Amino acid sequence: MKSFALIAVIVTGWLLLSAVSDFPDWGDTESPANDYRLSQHYITETFPETSVPNMVTAVLADYRGYDTMFETVVIFVAGIAIMSILRRKPLDHLKDKGKETRTYKKDPDLIIDTTCRLMIPIIQLFALYVVAHGHHSPGGGFQGGVIFGASFILLALSRDLQAAQRWVPEKRVLNLAGVGILIYSGFGFACMLLGSNFLDYEILHKIMPATPIEARSHSMLGVEIGVAFTCTAIMFSIYSNLASNGDMKETL
Amino acid sequence: MELLEALSAKFNYWIYVIIMMIGLYAMISKNNLVKKLIGMSIFQTAIILFYVSIGVKEGDTIPILYHDQVHPSHGDSHHGADTGHGEDHHPSHEEIVANLHIEPDDFANPLPHVLMLTAIVVGVATLGVGLALTQKIYRDFGSIEENEILESIKSAK
Repeated sequence: MKSFALIAVIVTGWLLLSAVSDFPDWGDTESPANDYRLSQHYITETFPETSVPNMVTAVLADYRGYDTMFETVVIFVAGIAIMSILRRKPLDHLKDKGKETRTYKKDPDLIIDTTCRLMIPIIQLFALYVVAHGHHSPGGGFQGGVIFGASFILLALSRDLQAAQRWVPEKRVLNLAGVGILIYSGFGFACMLLGSNFLDYEILHKIMPATPIEARSHSMLGVEIGVAFTCTAIMFSIYSNLASNGDMKETL
Repeated sequence: MELLEALSAKFNYWIYVIIMMIGLYAMISKNNLVKKLIGMSIFQTAIILFYVSIGVKEGDTIPILYHDQVHPSHGDSHHGADTGHGEDHHPSHEEIVANLHIEPDDFANPLPHVLMLTAIVVGVATLGVGLALTQKIYRDFGSIEENEILESIKSAK
């Protein structure tokens, strides 16, 4: 089996490497990918059309808005899938009593506790900055949401899962994840209600104190906030389900 | 020497193929399900490297406009036209765009970056679901070694 795998891998690699000489050189500005007028358009016209300096965020949240919306749904579905695979009733766990009586209350370690107490608010503040400033500097909803989720994971690691569950209990996780998608699709439906296409933010200047071009920028911030909600909730949900083996009692 | 030049001009493709082979080999040949998932992650990393390296241009920077380009308030021409507001005057979007000059070759191609941001998210989702399935399998069979799982399925029949 192993030798068969090695042969298959080497044949695949040889086929791919034999095509390498046809690829454009590293850093070639004339390569088809870089010279194509779509990417040129994204670079030169993003700011005039959307007033957002960060092209990646603009392409992600505006030009490819459908893609990102269903991306958020992918995360949501993954979180629900993990929950439905792993989550089990506490009753199921009561059978092995010996394990159950071992109430897992960690002794608070002074250094870890103090460090995390200082770190977690700063991490959360930084996450909010990454979300809110995501269309002017590197950042966006996915990145900020993951950082915010990481702060809760740090809380769960430094204390125990119950401490983090006080802030994001399972019910709130599901609510937050759903609210994120609702915010995103709400922007899309608001555009439709005002008589434009789904996720065509320009029309939203009618209900925003902004010019049509600025409305695109503000709506991008709005949908990024929705993405961040879902990302935060699902990241913490994935961690808490995987680390506690589905019973939400004790962590690693 | 020619070979070395041919290698260095396209080293990103060589490295992506090698990383991809490592991931593929781990996915096919390893018995342990967690090691298979690690192989899948390595495979995804190779694809991300491939796409991002396609978007690189010689001497470029990240695809975000410079602060000076979009906030030209420190420029020379605008201060003369102020009507007593001084530094509070911000040029309108149309004024900025009229003075804006962007050279496409100065910025990396943003499209591969966006696609790979999407791919990373999908990667996290698949890895999470894969780990959850592995944990469930361990709960039911008491093992994450593929051959042991197959044996216990056979003996159950």
